[in-house]
Amino acid sequence: MSVQIWTYIFVALSFSLYIGIAIWSRAGSTKEFYVAGGGVPPLANGMATAADWMSAASFISMAGLISFLGRDGTFYLMGWTGGYVLLALLLAPYLRKFGKFTVPDFIGDRYYSQTARLIAVFCAISVSFVYVCGQMQGAGIVFSRFLEVDFTTGVLIGMAIVFFYAVLGGMKGITYTQVAQYCVLIFAFMVPAIFISIMMTGQAVPQIGFGSELTEAYGGGYLLDRLDGLSEQLGFATYTEGQRSTQDVFFITAALMFGTAGLPHVIIRFFTVPNVRDARKSAGYALVFIAILYTTAPAVAAFARTNLINTVSNAEYSAMPEWFSKWEDTGLITFDDKNNDGIIQYVGDPEINELNVNRDIMVLANPEIAELPAWVVALVVAGALAAALSTAAGLLLVISTSVAHDMLKRTFMPNISERQELACARISIFIAVLVAGYYGINAPAYVAQVVAFAFGLAAASFFPAIVLGIFQKRMNKEGAIAGMLVGFTFTAAYIIYFKIINPAADSADNWLLGISPEGIGSLGTVANLLVALAVARFTPEPPADVQEIIENIRLPGEAIPR
Amino acid sequence: MSDSSANSYWKANIRLVLSLLFVWFFISFGCGILFVDALDTVRFGGFKLGFWIAQQGSIFVFVALILIYIRAMDKLDAKYTLDSSSESDGASQEGS
Repeated sequence: MSVQIWTYIFVALSFSLYIGIAIWSRAGSTKEFYVAGGGVPPLANGMATAADWMSAASFISMAGLISFLGRDGTFYLMGWTGGYVLLALLLAPYLRKFGKFTVPDFIGDRYYSQTARLIAVFCAISVSFVYVCGQMQGAGIVFSRFLEVDFTTGVLIGMAIVFFYAVLGGMKGITYTQVAQYCVLIFAFMVPAIFISIMMTGQAVPQIGFGSELTEAYGGGYLLDRLDGLSEQLGFATYTEGQRSTQDVFFITAALMFGTAGLPHVIIRFFTVPNVRDARKSAGYALVFIAILYTTAPAVAAFARTNLINTVSNAEYSAMPEWFSKWEDTGLITFDDKNNDGIIQYVGDPEINELNVNRDIMVLANPEIAELPAWVVALVVAGALAAALSTAAGLLLVISTSVAHDMLKRTFMPNISERQELACARISIFIAVLVAGYYGINAPAYVAQVVAFAFGLAAASFFPAIVLGIFQKRMNKEGAIAGMLVGFTFTAAYIIYFKIINPAADSADNWLLGISPEGIGSLGTVANLLVALAVARFTPEPPADVQEIIENIRLPGEAIPR
Repeated sequence: MSDSSANSYWKANIRLVLSLLFVWFFISFGCGILFVDALDTVRFGGFKLGFWIAQQGSIFVFVALILIYIRAMDKLDAKYTLDSSSESDGASQEGS
């Protein structure tokens, strides 16, 4: 059977599974809609968090980015996992104990201020929107390449599916579809990785294959040494050495870590478990499930890079396999025969180089490059869609709860009934899906890049406000508001300046302290922290009842009933 | 729970969190970024040590840190919940 038929089978099967779960887990109350009734077991929540967290960027783009960045790609690996340590140790248990529905809920109540609540709503919505556009784009790429529909139709199909189960089931539907999506995506990521690892190194565990010797067919020697050798020979940067400045890597890693800990769609997952102990446990499970993919990704990156070079370098263009021309059709691989010899010169020097390979396609193209069976290729497609849709659903829920719960119920229309609030939540998901789809179709940058900016913004706005709210009893509303405003504005301005207003200036010479826009969120975090602490010193301390709440969330044992 | 035991519980908690975060920082930002080139001079199997910590080792350490935290907090909770139940015969049950 062809790849195309297998793809239709896998995609249809996995989609009907998601829809089935959505129908089975319809939400009847706002508590079910916002936090799945607060009764999700920690193991299930760990899986759901992992799927929620691992987006199109993790599944489709990350290994590809690493295979082009080499050691510099480390900031994605450490940044997107190290943040869980912060989340588990500093945030998750306390926020669960505080016992609310959303992040703006916490900010608004802890800082006894509607202004703070609205700023948090604004930050949550902007971060989630930036992020969700990346997911829609990822789904679009997958559909257009493997189901041979055009990009726009691809995005529309993705929108329709997410819309269906998010609107019907809210957090409850999303949680259980995410559990299924985790299983699909991890299976789809691991199967080709194991296949390729066995083929290239004879090792079934890709993490070990990564440091093993290649088989005879691939020329022997350690994989990484071989890759370094090939890179050097062709004039690319040495794979296991860094190219970016140490301080830039340092700050990008920090921004991704703080951002991970501050992303509202991840934080709200910890509101869905029954108690504080389960919140800690599910953070542990989540990182274990994430680590399975994240320790495999760098191995996949190295395999894919070696394989790509072996296949295309100095090969005849006319002898290229079918996948090559299919990706050429999408414009994601381009070949320009500069010296008209019909042979592909794939080298580091841009003057002579004739081949351009889009980084986002490496994971998707990898099984085909390695000539794996058709069903494996199709499986990867289903996995990529699971990753994009699960994250999109989680983000859309944040947008909808921010609007229905924080903006309407808690601020502007406190008298609406539970049924009206639920209807508002559903309507706002509907609108959010439409807007996200529009920007998914019309967004400019690469998937992973778009997502990286969401992290900077989350890092600079939420992370300090929440941590200070728990660990600094003296922190008051003036400090928190000033901090969030400064952090968010500074980060957003820096990114917008270098990415939109003046992209020509986007190089290390013009950056502040040599920090790229991807890493500026960490400086924004520090600015937020300092401003908040300074302002809080000169303004009145928080009222007694708020201080009492903080003392309460620091006690052992279970939450105060909501 | 009495004020003083609440206080010592919180202090023990902070101590635990800070020591785990120290390891977190040392492995990721230290070994994975700042000293990575120095560590790269050491090799095991097909890996340079610094490169391996940056791309694999640090993630295993992160998982271990959270698992240690979960166990330590369970113990700490158990200890202080027992304390407060033994002393709280006549006293209030607040916070438990």
